Amino acid sequence: MSVREWTYAIVVVSFALYIGIAIWAKAKTTKDFYVAGADVSPLANGMATAADWMSAASFLGMAGIIAFAGYDGSVYLMGWTGGYVLLALLLAPYLRKFGKFTVPDFIGDRYYSQSARIVAVFCAIFVSFTYVAGQMRGVGIVFSRFLEVPVTTGVLIGMAIVFFYAVLGGMKGITYTQVAQYCVLIFAYLVPAIFISIMITGNPIPQLGFGGQVAGGEWLLDKLDGLHQELGFAAYTEGSKAMLDVFCITAALMVGTAGLPHVIIRFYTVPKVRDARISVGWALLFISILYTTAPAVAVFARTNLIQEVEGRAYSAEAGTAEPVPAWFKTWEGTDLIAWRDKNNDGLVQYRAGAPFAGKPSFVEATGDHGERLVANEKTDNENELYVDRDIMVLANPEIAQLPAWVIGLVAAGALAAALSTAAGLLLVVSSAISHDLLKRALRPDITEKGELRAARISAAVAVTVAGVLGIYPPDYVAAVVAFAFGLAASSFFPAIIMGIFSRRMNRQGAITGMVCGIIFTASYIIYFKFMDSGPGSQDRWWWGISPEGIGAVGMVLNFAVALTISKLTPPPPQAVQDMVDSIRVPSASRTEA
Amino acid sequence: MSHEPQAHTDYWRANLRILAGLLALWFTVSFGFGILLVEPLNSIRIPGTGFKLGFWFAQQGSIYAFVLIIFYYVRRMNRLDREHGVQED
Repeated sequence: MSVREWTYAIVVVSFALYIGIAIWAKAKTTKDFYVAGADVSPLANGMATAADWMSAASFLGMAGIIAFAGYDGSVYLMGWTGGYVLLALLLAPYLRKFGKFTVPDFIGDRYYSQSARIVAVFCAIFVSFTYVAGQMRGVGIVFSRFLEVPVTTGVLIGMAIVFFYAVLGGMKGITYTQVAQYCVLIFAYLVPAIFISIMITGNPIPQLGFGGQVAGGEWLLDKLDGLHQELGFAAYTEGSKAMLDVFCITAALMVGTAGLPHVIIRFYTVPKVRDARISVGWALLFISILYTTAPAVAVFARTNLIQEVEGRAYSAEAGTAEPVPAWFKTWEGTDLIAWRDKNNDGLVQYRAGAPFAGKPSFVEATGDHGERLVANEKTDNENELYVDRDIMVLANPEIAQLPAWVIGLVAAGALAAALSTAAGLLLVVSSAISHDLLKRALRPDITEKGELRAARISAAVAVTVAGVLGIYPPDYVAAVVAFAFGLAASSFFPAIIMGIFSRRMNRQGAITGMVCGIIFTASYIIYFKFMDSGPGSQDRWWWGISPEGIGAVGMVLNFAVALTISKLTPPPPQAVQDMVDSIRVPSASRTEA
Repeated sequence: MSHEPQAHTDYWRANLRILAGLLALWFTVSFGFGILLVEPLNSIRIPGTGFKLGFWFAQQGSIYAFVLIIFYYVRRMNRLDREHGVQED
């Protein structure tokens, strides 16, 4: 069977599985729809959370980002896993005890305020849509690359699948399909990683392999550091970002992770407080399997890339140098690799720095050696090669010459990662509209049946909007990911933490804190991402902190403002203080009464 | 039922002590070993491997530690719940 046939076969089988699960797990009540009836086993919830969390970006992008950033890429590894410690210790058990369905539920009840609820609803919707646009786009791109259909068709197929199980099954359908999707995606990630680890280091465990030796007895990491220095890059294991910035980005990502509504909402789905605790443990264990493999894949891919490309001839007849491998031209054909022969020697010269300004815009002409020409203005450094970071995971099976079924598996894994995350996010949007806005704010007298119908309709609308965003992606999608984390870090996280750990925190403090945190973080990100983002803007960053890391400062500001204001204003009503007491203790009677 | 508030206060204090210890550990393995002390630690190699210690903590060790911290927390809290008689059912 060819690569395409294998890919079709594996993708169709996995989709049939997801649909089968959706039919089996149809939601009958709003409790099924919002929190899967709150009777998901902790292990299953852990797996579903892992699939929910690991998006197309984790699956396809992360190893690539780390491969190009080296040590600096650690911010994502620590940031996107360390947040789960905060979730387990500071949030999940207490929110589970609180019960109810959503994050705005907690904010609204704890701060006895409809306006706090509404602010939380809009933050939740904004954060989720920011994220989901990228997922739907990811589905489209995977389809177009592996199955050779247009991106738009791919997005439409993805929409149809998500529509089916999210609208029909709600959280229940989503949870059980996510369990299946986790299995598909982790298998698809590990198989090529293990093959390549054996190939390069002889060790089948990638996590150990990248600390191992290559043929000749040299340590792989030393070899890569050496290659980097020869070509003018910073040493792979040392990185080049300022320490304070690395610190702040890691903190913002950790805290943001713990404050993201689609993650928090998952811990409402288990039966008990103790299940919520262990379920975060399972989630992080399942996530860490991929997250500890990714830096190994990054090192393998980076070493392979440099060795197989640098100094090679683009076409076979150009002198004595060995020609570039076949995958080089395949990916050039999909716009992800570009080569501009600056010194006209026919050899690929890979050095630090951008070969030309911006992303390649190819013209309908080829150069002396048959390479695709670009219209971009060339830079005056020696680097001739543009490589898109995304190809690291995608091209791995080809680079390692793995069998065709592995490539099909990687496609199915990427789709599983994108679909599971998209579904989780869409549920947050639909519950924010039907539950928080409609039931809790606008029409409290709505019937159970009416609310379930409203939930289904808003899920359907959310899928459609997400699909449109996937087909016509706004330019700023990549830039606003910083927004999602910054906003979650500077708004939800402090408000929820203080709601649990400070009995004294009141409405005035929490709302002022959230508003200050959001305004500060949002203005900083908007200013440095859109208004002053050109070269040299880094020198004007406050304390050298990048927009990705500013959420950490916003969070501190939120805490400081909230604590000060609450000291100057009256304490919350007794009923609210009693509620705080009750969520702190697993067994107390309030919610059972 | 009059003893309950006091029992709950004790439970909460014990809980906060456990949290403080584990969060200190969480901070040390990630922000400490992986970021602030990464350069001095990089002069140490993990024996038998090519890993510099600081780099390893930043890309591997901190994540393993996070998993262990959560599983320890779960065991410790389940015990604490029983000690204070506040476990569920």
